[in-house]
Amino acid sequence: MLDLLAGFVTELRNAGLPVSLTENLDAMEAVQHIPIEDRDAFKYALGATMVKNNAHWRAFETVFEVYFSMRGPEYNIADGDTDLDEMWREMQEQLREGDNRGAQGGSMDQLTPEELAQMLMSALMNGDQAMMRALARQAVQRFAGMEPGRPVGGTYYLYRTLRNLDLDSMLDKLMEKSREEVGGELTPLEERLEHDEYNDRIEQFKKEIEAEIRRRLVADRGAEAMAKTLRKPLPEDVEFMHASRDEMQNLKKALQPLTRKLAARLARKRRHGRKGPLDFRNTVRHSLSYGGVPAEPKFKYPRPAKPELMVIADISGSVAAFARFTLMLVYAIQGQFSKVRSFVFIDGLDEVTDYFRGEEDIANAIHRVNTEADVVWVDGHSDYGHAFEVFWERYGKDVGPKTTVLLLGDARNNYHASQAWVIKEIRQKARHVYWLNPEPKSYWNTGDSIVGDYGTHTDGVYECRNLRQLEGFVEKLA
Amino acid sequence: MAHRFESVAQVRQGLKDVNYLADDGIAGVAYLADRLGKPVLVEGPAGTGKTQLAKSIAEITGSRLIRLQCYEGLDESKALYEWNYKKQLLRIQADKNSDSWSDVHDDIFSDEFLLTRPLLEAISAPDPVVLLIDEVDRVEVETEALLLEILSEYQVSIPELGTITAKQIPMVFLTSNNTRELSEALKRRCLYLHVDYPSMDREKEIVLARVPEVSDNLADQIARIVRSIRQLDLKKSPSVSETIDWARTLVLLGIESIDAQQAKETLHVLLKYQTDIAKAAKELSVDK
Repeated sequence: MLDLLAGFVTELRNAGLPVSLTENLDAMEAVQHIPIEDRDAFKYALGATMVKNNAHWRAFETVFEVYFSMRGPEYNIADGDTDLDEMWREMQEQLREGDNRGAQGGSMDQLTPEELAQMLMSALMNGDQAMMRALARQAVQRFAGMEPGRPVGGTYYLYRTLRNLDLDSMLDKLMEKSREEVGGELTPLEERLEHDEYNDRIEQFKKEIEAEIRRRLVADRGAEAMAKTLRKPLPEDVEFMHASRDEMQNLKKALQPLTRKLAARLARKRRHGRKGPLDFRNTVRHSLSYGGVPAEPKFKYPRPAKPELMVIADISGSVAAFARFTLMLVYAIQGQFSKVRSFVFIDGLDEVTDYFRGEEDIANAIHRVNTEADVVWVDGHSDYGHAFEVFWERYGKDVGPKTTVLLLGDARNNYHASQAWVIKEIRQKARHVYWLNPEPKSYWNTGDSIVGDYGTHTDGVYECRNLRQLEGFVEKLA
Repeated sequence: MAHRFESVAQVRQGLKDVNYLADDGIAGVAYLADRLGKPVLVEGPAGTGKTQLAKSIAEITGSRLIRLQCYEGLDESKALYEWNYKKQLLRIQADKNSDSWSDVHDDIFSDEFLLTRPLLEAISAPDPVVLLIDEVDRVEVETEALLLEILSEYQVSIPELGTITAKQIPMVFLTSNNTRELSEALKRRCLYLHVDYPSMDREKEIVLARVPEVSDNLADQIARIVRSIRQLDLKKSPSVSETIDWARTLVLLGIESIDAQQAKETLHVLLKYQTDIAKAAKELSVDK
């Protein structure tokens, strides 16, 4: 037991979760109070003692599933699963009674794909969990084409299985079916509810498939090897430039609490540490009321000026996600700045400050930026040089000694002229100029990246590959 | 020391009897907290029953609930203890002449002149208590340190009196809305429980339990609509307490099954931002 838990903790730490020694000890004590055969209770006991951040829960779950997957009776992979077979037989009978189609009998392996789809549909329709699990197993066995020792990741198998199942059209079919059942049109509200319901069930089914694939992979390669490949980065460590759609969703969710925390922290920072040097003049003035005795010393309170911010962001394909997140973050904490102006460019440049003004929903504004801003000049390939020139021409006069200019982009200029002199000019007028680059440092100045050319004229070029780095920079800025 | 609970199932059943429907995680952590004698840090969105959990636990264990509401600027004298300064002054002036200095000195720093505040009260109580430290994320990081001694050792050190140790280990719940990251030191001393929005089935049961007048059919509809709304990208998703409010509203209006028009008219019970209401109405295509 001890070894087992120690191994698990090592695995968690490898996945990036901070598990301290005391937490480890707590976990050991906790599991003694839990009936060991209760898998869920065991999981919650470990979770409650070792995972102290909700964002880490998913990572914990994955590690748990993989690490303990080979160690439970329900996780046997043997094909002769008795209860499953039984259920499956029942299901067949139902089918036979239902529409007299008569499946061939025997085991699930002999089903035609159409029948399988039919069964999946009725399982989804009724929300029959056990059946869904059985079907997920069957689907993986049939479609994923998993071979022992094949060096491909789980996502590949997942893709193959889902492609064969065609779940998107399944949703439409389900909707049609439920419409038929009611006999006539559903009201929009009902339709929406049904839609969400089925969507939810399909998501559940997908998760079953994922779990099944993971199980088989673990059986094939062993838990330790799998834990490594399945390790997913924590949301704040996901790279902007390579985030999948799911990860993007998670990032968006992670961004909101993060901005709230950041704003609270910055506000607190402002209020604190306001003890300045002795204000001699003020002290003497107040000493008059004590008959010339300086009984009440007065101090100068530093009032740090809020910076004025100008964000100039590249929103061409490769770095769009990064620009989006930075803009969201900056606007979420705009109370910390006296003024925020934003500009976006690809090869042309447009001011988008107005989109954010009077718009409560930042996501909405970002959407407008992406669709309405006039940023294409010639061909829609990044041209930093031209964009900067335009900026200098039109808005250069607005850059003042209070302004901090933020430049966002990977500086991949498609071999156009760099026009780095603009940055030099801006720096002479502005308080600070920073460049944020979403690319890993090792890629800088390779190929058509000329971040070095611009970088020499700025106060610093920062690598901002993930939320954590971005947050760190913004905190420093305000 | 006697334990309060025998098994996880017992916790769950007990909570159910007082109309708090816990899932496995909640019941399991409450059980562990009792067994390990550790505080529980409950985190999650507002209105998911974090505070209610502590209240319900107090109810089923038959303990007194002592509550410390945290706010910015909370300090030792509000949370732990304070010397009753006025009474001390009176004591000194009352017999100016009789006592020697050392008598007075010993006397004015005794139990009699100590005003206990929630934390001290919780550990010095002779009867079983549940201590609820509500919204702990509102205090400053420095003030958090105040809690550390009591959370790990169940004791309070008062310089003039010495250390007061708990007569019985109280169950401690800390709640946080996660507006800031709590310090590692605090987290390390606690069991962690994240209470999220419940699944649809559980939410339906919660509605049925808390609003007995509601029909099964209506509760089902309510739970489904709320789930759909939570999937939208809103400023503030409807919380469980708001779902219950909504169910009450619908019952009061005598509605048996919700149609689009009624949903639209009562949406403001669920959602508190105008933009959210407009969005939800549009998404549910209620505004036709």
